[in-house]
Order: sequence, then structure tokens, then C-alpha cells
Amino acid sequence: MDIIFFRLTLIAYLIATAGFLLFILKKDKRVARWSHRILLVGFALNSIYLAVCYYQLGAVPALTFKSSLSFFSWTIIAAYIIFQLRFKLMVLGSFVVPFSAFLMIISSTIPISTITVRPVFKSLWLPLHVAASFLGNGIFLIAFTAGIMYLIQERQIKTKRLGAFYSRLPSLNVLDSLNYHAISYGFLLLTIGMITGSIVAQGAHGSYWRWDPKEVWSLITWLCYAALLHQRMAIGWRGRRSALMSIGCFFILIFTFLGVNFLMEGYHSFESLTGNRLP
Amino acid sequence: MNHQTAPVELRELVGFGRDDIDEVVNAIRGFKDIKEFIVLSTCNRVEILFTTDREKQAKESVIAFLCRLGGTTRGELEPALYIHENQDAIRHIFRVGASLDSMVVGEPQILGQVKEAYRMAVDRKSSSVILNRLMHRTFSLAKKIRTETAIAGSPVSISFAAVELAKKIFGDLEGKHCLLIGAGEMAELAARYLLNNRIAKILVTNRTFSRAVELADQFHGMAVSFDEIDDQLLAADIVITSTSSPEPIITSNHVRMAMRGRKNKPLFFIDIAVPRDVEPEVNGIDNVFVYDIDDLKGIVEFNISQRKGEAVKAERMVDEEVIKFSEWLRTLDVVPTIRALQDKCERICRNELKKTLSSLADLTPEQRKGVEKLTSSIMKKVLNDPILFLKRKKARASRDLYLDVTRKLFHLDQNNDDTNPK
Repeated sequence: MDIIFFRLTLIAYLIATAGFLLFILKKDKRVARWSHRILLVGFALNSIYLAVCYYQLGAVPALTFKSSLSFFSWTIIAAYIIFQLRFKLMVLGSFVVPFSAFLMIISSTIPISTITVRPVFKSLWLPLHVAASFLGNGIFLIAFTAGIMYLIQERQIKTKRLGAFYSRLPSLNVLDSLNYHAISYGFLLLTIGMITGSIVAQGAHGSYWRWDPKEVWSLITWLCYAALLHQRMAIGWRGRRSALMSIGCFFILIFTFLGVNFLMEGYHSFESLTGNRLP
Repeated sequence: MNHQTAPVELRELVGFGRDDIDEVVNAIRGFKDIKEFIVLSTCNRVEILFTTDREKQAKESVIAFLCRLGGTTRGELEPALYIHENQDAIRHIFRVGASLDSMVVGEPQILGQVKEAYRMAVDRKSSSVILNRLMHRTFSLAKKIRTETAIAGSPVSISFAAVELAKKIFGDLEGKHCLLIGAGEMAELAARYLLNNRIAKILVTNRTFSRAVELADQFHGMAVSFDEIDDQLLAADIVITSTSSPEPIITSNHVRMAMRGRKNKPLFFIDIAVPRDVEPEVNGIDNVFVYDIDDLKGIVEFNISQRKGEAVKAERMVDEEVIKFSEWLRTLDVVPTIRALQDKCERICRNELKKTLSSLADLTPEQRKGVEKLTSSIMKKVLNDPILFLKRKKARASRDLYLDVTRKLFHLDQNNDDTNPK
């Protein structure tokens, strides 16, 4: 049952990806609008899939690598839809949606493994912790994308070689402000994710903070984004430097998200989350 | 005649303004060989578009009329004229409307001028079935070309290119401040474009302060003294420089200082001066963008070459439309119309017969034949008068009108009547 929704989601995301790529090639707004509609359908299917998973599992469907990827791709699309409402930047979809579809493809190649959910994961704080952290990650992806788009556009204007992207990307001001908004909201969610995480940890392990690698790296990520926000607000950083730093921060974030789970021992690694060896 | 065939002196002589239009229309209406016509006169072209059954006589009278209009001799005028017939004429008007025949390919005014000419022709009832449809096809084709190709996409004048760049940096120009250092035609034009984009304030400075005040008045701006430039760099977003100073007046040190004070808000220099007023190193500073006259020229040249590429695509669309229109024109004759009418009625009879006979299975073959005969004779009787009427109109001036009405009344142009020519 749930697997049907997963497949339909994947198909919708792939069609939307194709549409958004066609849009950036052809600059035809109708293509973008249809891609956006298909994406919304895909998002609804993805939501149903996750709800079914949650119901069957009794815990957030982000305990295995497979399910975290599909959950991450759901939060990316959610972040995209939210920012789309505010900024009306169809071209953002051409960058973000393919990434999300890519995660779904990887997720679909991993076989389903049955897992036993330990009682501590049934805590109500856990969904909050996972949702805030993942949505934060999704929004940081938007900041990362805006940073890259900014650098491309800035390079073209500075070097006076107005290439194919010049007319397709929005103005520097819009990209910079998108970057700033995304970092602000992402930071807020990351903070919430860390606080709720420590509450979950208190319930599960008896202490709020245990210098687990995931905790340490989350703190490093948090500090990096905090520094970036400080530079923006107090020193008046904007434009290229801010874009570069948001890209750097995102790489640290990805390491925290995936690297730590795979490379380091700790209670966040997928093995210890599910009690299974990874496929 | 147009800008390619006739020098401006000749175009001025023959060209006529809006006030003379009635006179021109009445004069042409006097030629009995010309059935429908539209006159178009802009600074780049004078054209008379007409339909006729007697080409030779009609051409002669139009050329003679143009000579009279310009007060020139035939010898002077004829080399500057072009005459297109049939498909070539259709293609020509499509190209003119789509701005493929313009001096600056893709410039948007010409479509407005053609529309105006058409409106005046409709007001004076000088155009009818054929030209009406032709003009409507011209307008929708021009619109299609504009949206589906990038023919008018990118600016081809220096001032306009500069403003487009400003939009790519600041997004919305509303509320931005502009500082104009020095005066000059291009700088003033750029400032005017900026004002059109609802820029908040224009400050003007000049070595001679009185000139600055004068210019500031023009733009409803404010004059500031030359020594205040450093201070103004803190507030301005777009700086247009065009002084004749031999040394750069804006150095990278100035700008670096200013950027600290502006908290890195972007700053855009448009340097139209030769030699340059802004040190090239300024472009290396973060959030500062400098475009000098050569950079802007480079963009404009690139855009022009882009437009030429897009024009090829547009020409293909024109060709398609010419074929469609010629097909329609061919059907606008008595024999094809009658045939189309008969075909349609026969088709209806056949379909209805099939439906009815299949529910009347117990008819004998004779009865069946009787029913078939009945339907076909009803059809023939009904069509008899319209067909005779159309045949009578064959040689009349009102022929095209009745053919058009017939085709519309019976919906005979299923393929290509997506526009309603009225």
C-alpha cells in the first residue's frame, strides 16, 4: 500500500524535474506552471506516503537511511513551496526539484528493511525533533541554492559576459534576500531541532548533552550559521561573501546529516537507531 | 518605399501625416481599379497596401499618385519603390508587422503604427474582407513572434542596456537613488529611463554648478556640488558618470571607503565618459559593479547579433503564416465556395441517413432508395438559390463580402478561421 504512494511520488517528482529543466532551457512559463502543479501533486502523495509510514511504524519514518532520504526530499519540497509563495521564483524549482528527485531515486534503490522501533522513539518530542531538523535542512538547501545562483549571476555581471543564465536568473538583490531569509528561518528551525533533540535525549539516555558526534557536529553547524547571520546583521555582509559562506555552511550541514551517521559511531548512526546493519 | 530603398529626403517628400490622411484616402478611393486599401506612413516607410483585379492599371495609378504626392518625377521615385504581389505582398506585410523589416529589427513601435493605419482604414471603410483578415493575421503573428522568439528580448541601445543591467542588480528600481556626474546626451537618456522605472531621486553634479542646477530641474532632482561626491556615494545606488575629466574622478579608495559606510549595499557605476571617470579596479570591489561605454557597447552588439539569429526563426513562422493565408485566399472564390458548401451538405446528408436507416431496418430496398432520393433532392433545392446567388455575384465588387459571409454562415473554414475578421 505505502509503496504505491512512494512510487507515484517518485514519478511525479521526476516529471516535475523534467518540466523544470525544460523550463530553464526554453524559458516557457507555462511549462513551469505545469511542473509546479505536478510537483504539488507529488508533494501531496509524498505526504500521504509519510503519513501511512508513520501510522504503520508508530514513529517518525526517518530511522533508516532509505526513509530519511525520502523524508528529506519531502522537507525540501515543503521548503521550496513555502519560499515559492513568498518569492515567486519558478527558476528555483529548476535547481531544487532535481536534487529532491535525486534523493528519491537513491532512496528507491535501497531495499526495505524491517526494523524494530524501540519504545523511546515513540516519544512525542521525537517527531518534533526530526521535523524541525529536516525542515531546517531543507530550508538551508534553499539558501545553498540561492547562494549558487547568486554566484553565477554575480560572476556574469562582474566579468561582463552575460551568458545563458543572465536572463534566466533573477536579480542579485532578490537572490541575496532569498539567501538571507532562508538562512534566518533555517537557523530558527535548526535551533528548535537541537533543543527538542536534547529533550528526546534526556528521555532516552538520561542526559541532555553527551558529546555524541552528532551533537558535536550539530553544534559546529549551528555555530557556523550563527556566525554567518552575525556577519550579515552586525557587519553588513551581503552578496558574494554571504553566498560563499552559506555554501560552505551547507557542506558542513551535509556532513552532519550523512557523514556523521555513516563514518562515526554514536547513537544517531542508522545501525544504532534501528538495531540493524545497513544494507 | 522604406529606409532601405529610399533616402530620408525622399521619404519626407512622399510621407504624409495624420492630418493629410483623409485627403490621401479620398484620392485613392477615386481609382476604380483598387478595391480595398490601407495606407501606412511612418518616418521609415510609406506603403500602400491594396487589392485589385487589374494589377497593371492599379499599379500605374498608385505610382502616379505617389509622384503627385511628393511632387517628384517618376524617374526620381521609381528606383526607390518596391512592389510586392500576391504571396510576396502577404509576406511583406507580415514581416513589417513583426518588425522584421525595421531598421532596428524587433523594435516595437512599428506594430503600433500598423495598427493605427488599420484603424484609420476601418474608420474610413477603405479596407474590407481580405485586408481585414490579413491585418488580423498580421497582428496575431506579430504577437506570436514576440512571445515565442527573443527577437525583442534584449535591449539594443546603450542607455537602455544600462538600465536593464541595473534591474538585474537591484531587482526593483523603485526607491533607488541615482547620482549623475557630468552631463551628456547618453547620460541624460539613461537618467530618463531610470525615472520611467520609478527611481526615487536623481542628484546632479557638474563642475559648473549652474549647469547642474539646470539639469536637476529637468529631472525634478537636486543639484549638489562637485566636492560632495564622496558623501553622495554613501546614499546613491546608481552613479552615471560622463565628465570630460582626463583623470578618473572615482578611485577605488573612494569606493572602498564608501562601501564601508553603506554597509555593502550594492553600487552600480555606469561610466559613459571617455577617458573613463571610474578606475577599472573599482569593479574588483565586492558588491560594486562598473560598466564603461565599451562594456555597454559590447552588450548591445551581442544583443543585435542575437536578434538576427532569432529573426531566422521568425522568418520561418512568417512563411508558415503566408501559406495558411494564401490557402484561405484561394478558397475565397466562387467555385471553391460552392463546392465546399455542397460537400458540407452532402456530408450531413450521408451521416444523418446512416443514423436513420440503421434504426429502420425493415425498409425494403426500394423504400430505402426513396428516402435517399428525398434527402438529396431537399438538399439540392435548399442550396439552389444560394448557389445561383453566388454565381451571379461572380463579377461584382461585393463578391468577396458575400463569399466571406457564406463561408462564415456555413462554417466552411474549419481549419483556419480562429480569428474573426471584424
